[in-house]
Amino acid sequence: MQRTAKIILSKPLSIIGVILIALVILSALFADFITPFPSHRGTVVDFSNFNQPPGWPNIMGTDLVGRDLFTRIIYAYRISLILGIVVLLLAVPLGVTVGLMAGYMGRKVRFVLMRMTEVFLSIPPLVLAMSIMGVLEPTLINGMMAVTVMWWPWYSRLVYNLTLAEKEEGYVLAAEVIGASKLHIMFIEILPNCFPAILTKMTLDLGFVILIASSLSFLGLGVQPPTPDLGSMVAEGARYLPDSWWLTVFPGLAILVAVFGFNLLGDAMREVLGTHQ
Amino acid sequence: MTTPLLEVKNLAKVFKQDGFEINAVRDFSVSVKKGDCLAIVGESGSGKSTIANMILGVHPPTSGEIHFKGKPLSPRRRKNERRVLQLVQQNPYSSINPSRRIGATLKLPLKVHGIGSSQDRPGRVEELLAEVGLPASYARRAPSTLSGGQCQRVAIARALASQPELIVLDEPTSALDVLVQARVLILLQELQSKRDLTYIFITHDLAVVRNMADRVAVMRDGQLLELNPTGKIFENPDHNYTRSLISASPVITKKEIKLREKLKAGLVRER
Repeated sequence: MQRTAKIILSKPLSIIGVILIALVILSALFADFITPFPSHRGTVVDFSNFNQPPGWPNIMGTDLVGRDLFTRIIYAYRISLILGIVVLLLAVPLGVTVGLMAGYMGRKVRFVLMRMTEVFLSIPPLVLAMSIMGVLEPTLINGMMAVTVMWWPWYSRLVYNLTLAEKEEGYVLAAEVIGASKLHIMFIEILPNCFPAILTKMTLDLGFVILIASSLSFLGLGVQPPTPDLGSMVAEGARYLPDSWWLTVFPGLAILVAVFGFNLLGDAMREVLGTHQ
Repeated sequence: MTTPLLEVKNLAKVFKQDGFEINAVRDFSVSVKKGDCLAIVGESGSGKSTIANMILGVHPPTSGEIHFKGKPLSPRRRKNERRVLQLVQQNPYSSINPSRRIGATLKLPLKVHGIGSSQDRPGRVEELLAEVGLPASYARRAPSTLSGGQCQRVAIARALASQPELIVLDEPTSALDVLVQARVLILLQELQSKRDLTYIFITHDLAVVRNMADRVAVMRDGQLLELNPTGKIFENPDHNYTRSLISASPVITKKEIKLREKLKAGLVRER
């Protein structure tokens, strides 16, 4: 722990990353207490106060139906984080299992699993997610599914490569000679040695998942109104540029802060865990 | 004549890669009596480790048979066939999983072969550690906190855990420095007589062979050149290649002999 803290605090960029992520997570967690108008995350209409530039009490201005933009951005963070975490919780175990099996089991299993992975990797991610969302109804759950489908192959390729290297280590041979099961060797012997790389990638990816989810909703394929979402907020505001600039600039900045923060944190993790992928 | 513990008949292994065929081992036959130590010597690439892997059931042989106590071993080994044949590898740092504690590493063979109940396994781990001269507290330590010699002792304890009858020692001392080598070899000799173990000792270090082995098999390019008692190998080898191997090995100095005597008397303990 001390070593971790030392490495992170020794680099100004890592400190910035930690601060940004702490701000994002804490504000999302305590949105009910820090936002001035918690009810504005839903269908509230206040036409007496619509499309106001930043001022007081609406520090980031109001949207086209008079809702406080700051409130909506903080609640959008909550949705984005939940989406990012759920996507990773689904994609990582799937990708890791496929990667371990492809790396450790025989040639036939490798062929089938890795060709399948490559097929998914060869489709541009946004196109894949768009086509899924085009077929399904655009809801939060379906959005998560779509992003998950495009995300797991990256983990299976990462873990596949790590497994190929680990499998040559003596401890794998030792477990085989003892007669341990393939399941034991894959998940108990090999997997823990892949954790540092997986954790680093997860931190970096949390930012990218948020970005992709925002892209989807920017295109109208993600979370639907009135649920606050950074991507759809940018899309709505884009029609009123440059006059009502706050409608796009602040949600855009919010996306930037989250993605940038997770990237800086991921780089710090890479240092701490000694992984260079 | 009693049946040998291990009998290897006409063992051969061909590796195929990119259309090429490599004869790693050709027509290798040997039998090992219980309690014996057979050394397999030869330079790198002579097929020593391939033989070890076939005996241990890691790779199936291309042709030939392996009999244990007179019965042929199945190509896909059953658990009880694996239990009696164990391995100590060359590189102790790689052979111990760095992300698991020593206790977990030693518990694995106990779990796999259902030795003891889960309650008395920590006790068995302590006994195993004591047997290889390590304190019981090491069960809670991570491999990265151990020296090479200590790691190798853990690897030996792990090989003993499943109560095997034959242990393949694949260059068990060549990654260690000289002092530690001597201590590990003494430990291996003690364990052999105490547990009535049979060893197959794979090495290219002839000084070690002279101390440990009853018989020596000399390999070159996958072929068995000669198989003779250790005394004959060093005094009057059949094959010129054996002669050149022996002449190339370093001579033990008087200082080293003295050190060895001292060690044997148990005056220097490793910690």
